[in-house]
Amino acid sequence: MNNSTKPRLIQRYTTGQRINHWIIAMSFILLAISGLALFHPAFYWMSNLLGGGVWNRILHPFIGVLMFLCFFIFAARMFRHNFLNRKDIQWLRQAPDMLSLRDEKLPEQGRYNGGQKVLFFALVFLVLGLLLTGIPMWRSYFSYLFSIELIRLSTLLHALFAFLMICAIIMHIYAGIWVKGSVRAMTRGTVTEGWAWKHHRAWLRELRDNTSRSK
Amino acid sequence: MSLQSLDIKRRSATTTPPPGVRGEVVGGGVAKLIDTTKCIGCKACQVACMEWNDLRDEIGSNVGVYDNPTDLTDQSWTVMRFAEYENSAGDLEWLIRKDGCMHCEDPGCLKACPAPGAIVQYHNGIVDFHEENCIGCGYCITGCPFDVPRLSDKDNKAYKCTLCSDRVAVGQEPACVKTCPTGAIVFGTKEDMIQHADTRIVDLKSRGFENAGLYDPAGVGGTHVMYVLHHADRPGLYNDLPKDPEISPTVGLWKGIAKPIGVAVMAFAALTGFFHYIRTGPNETDEEDERKAKEFMDE
Repeated sequence: MNNSTKPRLIQRYTTGQRINHWIIAMSFILLAISGLALFHPAFYWMSNLLGGGVWNRILHPFIGVLMFLCFFIFAARMFRHNFLNRKDIQWLRQAPDMLSLRDEKLPEQGRYNGGQKVLFFALVFLVLGLLLTGIPMWRSYFSYLFSIELIRLSTLLHALFAFLMICAIIMHIYAGIWVKGSVRAMTRGTVTEGWAWKHHRAWLRELRDNTSRSK
Repeated sequence: MSLQSLDIKRRSATTTPPPGVRGEVVGGGVAKLIDTTKCIGCKACQVACMEWNDLRDEIGSNVGVYDNPTDLTDQSWTVMRFAEYENSAGDLEWLIRKDGCMHCEDPGCLKACPAPGAIVQYHNGIVDFHEENCIGCGYCITGCPFDVPRLSDKDNKAYKCTLCSDRVAVGQEPACVKTCPTGAIVFGTKEDMIQHADTRIVDLKSRGFENAGLYDPAGVGGTHVMYVLHHADRPGLYNDLPKDPEISPTVGLWKGIAKPIGVAVMAFAALTGFFHYIRTGPNETDEEDERKAKEFMDE
């Protein structure tokens, strides 16, 4: 049967989730570019990508609000899948095995693994922190409401949170590049059964048991 | 606008040397000395500043004190601040301070500015905003220990006193100095101004102002606008002139060590990923996995 050689596919993300993810991703790239341009002179040239220094300054906070809103819709839908359990902790402890392709030694993972769950909560914290520290820095509308000390502290924390977020997203992007078959989950919405079996077996089992029950 | 006749010592958001072939300036650069003990609060300096720099602030309303306007704005680069102080003898002292940019030797505005060349410090010590490079982020306000720069609502650029850099470049004194009717504002080399202040302080001490002194705060490396104060031990009396101003440690961290370390760690993170891939290769799902998955699903 021709069908037998072709991997069977499982739905992992809905169209809405995928569109939202990529709006967030594009916003993040623009925010990182415009933020780094203001953070270090070595990156000031990147402000040209947003239309020059002034446009860079004008657009950054608006894109930030867009990312915050989209991210929190996204995160709300993912929230219940991301509570850490004992297996996740064990998985995190065995990070060296994971990084050295010794997947067979790792405990079974659900829809998300321990690393993804830690990333999830880190991003929730950082995006919220970036919004809250960004508001006092937004001279056109909000700075006059805050004391200079608070503006200074917000500015420093904004840079710190942004730095952590960029590091976290570098990890996130690398994981997508490294683990083949992951990107299609976010571009086409599906993964192969083999991919789910290898990386998220507990999730696959859940799917199997649910479908067999419904039959 | 850039002044080609003045060498530049520091240039905002620039990591290579700014134009500076002419070398060091003698006498510690220029300085404006404001003698608060000679000031009569006539505001001629404010008028001269408006005239020379072609500024017209909005007509405000009286708020019950002499301060007019009540604060520095993008149109008012200098403002007289009036303080009524009752001394220990029960006498009223009217302490008047001409507020404006202090032209710090170590300028917090310039340190904080992310736009290359929007703020420069000339070799003579003048800190100047070049508004054509300003992006309107307001970081200069965040960095300033004296709360001086103001963003304009009109063009979203930051403005402040230039110490009349355009006049100084052609050998003239600032407009406020030229107009001051009592000689409370004088201008010259910083060394000469300190010397001049010393004679004033001796005179004031002989008249019973034993704490008279010069305000040239070391925390910002000294300033190119200095005050003679009757009460140099308590600068706060003069409408909250800071006693030991310095660039806030928060700003210092943000615009200091955080920059190289932050960039290095981010680059390291990206490189770590790249070299991990080179070492281990991709994490792939093969046909064997698909086959096992199928068995697993059909169990």
